[in-house]
Amino acid sequence: MDKNQHALFNYCLRLGDNSLILGQRITEWCSHAPILEEDIALANLALDLIGQAREFLTYAGEIEKKGRAEDDLAFLRDANEFRNALLVEQPNGDFAHTIVRQYLFSVFNYHLLTELGKGKDSTLAAIAVKSLKECTYHVRHSGEWILRMGDGTEESKRRLFNAFEDLWMYTAELFDTDESDDLLVKKGIAVDMKTIHPLWLETIKAHLDKISFPLPSNHYLVQGIKKGKHSEHLGHILAEMQFLPRAYPGTKW
Amino acid sequence: METLEKKSVAEDPILEEAFMTRLLNGEKIEPKEWMPENYRKQLTRMMSQHAHSEVIGMQPEANWITRAPSLLRKVILLAKIQDEGGHGLYLYGSTETLGTDRSELIEQLHEGKAKYSSVFNYPTLNWADIGAIGWLVDGAAIVNQTMLAKTSYGPYSRAMLRICKEEGFHNRQGYDLMIAMMRGTKEQQEMAQDAMNRWWWPALMMFGPHDKNSSNTIELMKYRIKLESNDDLRQQFIDRTIPQAEIIGLTIPDPNLKFNKETGHYETSDINWDEFFNVIRGKGPCNKQRMHNHIQAHEEGKWVREAAEAYASKHKQL
Ligand SMILES: [Fe+2]
Ligand SMILES: [Fe+2]
Repeated sequence: MDKNQHALFNYCLRLGDNSLILGQRITEWCSHAPILEEDIALANLALDLIGQAREFLTYAGEIEKKGRAEDDLAFLRDANEFRNALLVEQPNGDFAHTIVRQYLFSVFNYHLLTELGKGKDSTLAAIAVKSLKECTYHVRHSGEWILRMGDGTEESKRRLFNAFEDLWMYTAELFDTDESDDLLVKKGIAVDMKTIHPLWLETIKAHLDKISFPLPSNHYLVQGIKKGKHSEHLGHILAEMQFLPRAYPGTKW
Repeated sequence: METLEKKSVAEDPILEEAFMTRLLNGEKIEPKEWMPENYRKQLTRMMSQHAHSEVIGMQPEANWITRAPSLLRKVILLAKIQDEGGHGLYLYGSTETLGTDRSELIEQLHEGKAKYSSVFNYPTLNWADIGAIGWLVDGAAIVNQTMLAKTSYGPYSRAMLRICKEEGFHNRQGYDLMIAMMRGTKEQQEMAQDAMNRWWWPALMMFGPHDKNSSNTIELMKYRIKLESNDDLRQQFIDRTIPQAEIIGLTIPDPNLKFNKETGHYETSDINWDEFFNVIRGKGPCNKQRMHNHIQAHEEGKWVREAAEAYASKHKQL
């Protein structure tokens, strides 16, 4: 791979890994949701996200040209090779944490996919356009829960507040970039994070304003650990997710 | 109010005779129409049990969702579990047309007054169990539900028609998983046979006790809620499933199994009825775990449901 292909490969991994790890996290809710309708809705989100991951990872494998398919990339990479953001690997916590994590990510992804859909790489643009429809629903679904919790009972307000406080520190990292991104931005392939960061913040502010809910006031923002560094959680997610292909190498399922 | 009104006229012999005539003519009964109280009771029991089964049945499958060995298998499994949730939702809705609402039905489940299919009290121990459930458990459900699509209660019949199509997908996907395992490595074949050994008998038990021991069957058939007996349905399932097992090299865990050329049916050993009644009475490997999970999720979700209600009532007033 030359420098450009390498940059594109990594970029696709990041898009795919974000969706895959968040999707995997959401499936942990399966059969445990607060209400049956929400069990179904969460399964929907996870189906969309894992579907997107499959497309991004398949494309990553094609760019790499080493014959790695979606499953090789999903099940046979170790944690330090995963490119997902810290936010998506955070534990589900209570329902408020799950929804806040979803909302913060989905708004980010919404602006990202909107721009990516206009990009010069036709494969990425096509995946983005298709995914954007799903993502729009994710923003709406999680956004509605934010309103219900933020303007519901005292308990739900407190829980929502805590969830925003706990997760806000991981949001800046969503927008981190490095030299290889700059290369792709110049070529009109990747999205310039500097342009979508303010859009992301505006969307969230405007939404919370509807119920006069405060934005987290803090604080320390985790920065610059994009290059293969993760929280302790990812290793456990992968240990569970990758168990069968690792225990029975080369097996077709 | 409505149910009180219905109750006061429920024991009317003239209405009852007219009702039975309608049943004999193959008419469907609709929610607002007169029905004997016992018909309503039997239907509520059976339909809510069916709804609970769909929902509790999500648990043993969800047990493997985070460990599905390929992304495609993960998506297929997740979509299946989601379908089952949808079936549960649809069936709760159909049951509510009889006058009991969902929260009450769930309360009955938690108090042990309502049951769910005891097949879901068995554990999923290896990946092939996911195939075995789709193929055998959904397969048995299809036989039962195809019959129930002709049931006398309109909403139940329509629910079954709709649900049956999806169960057909689940059945094929489960069998496809088993084929992949049997075409795979020695370890995979062992997993598949192990799953077969553990799910075969519970699947046969899904049809319930022998007709002679089933007090409900007589009344259910009188009311044309059920149109075929437990044993007949079980035989249909056995006859269609055994050739499927044999063609992919799976052994049926029954030393007495034989095909009777004269009747055209397979003959099996008798079911272990002690085990059957034990599991129904709560003494199966996972009864406690399944109920505990459901109650815990319900309790932990209480604040979420309350928030949604509070928000809805606030914004209705505006
Ligand atoms: Fe179902
Ligand atoms: Fe099913």
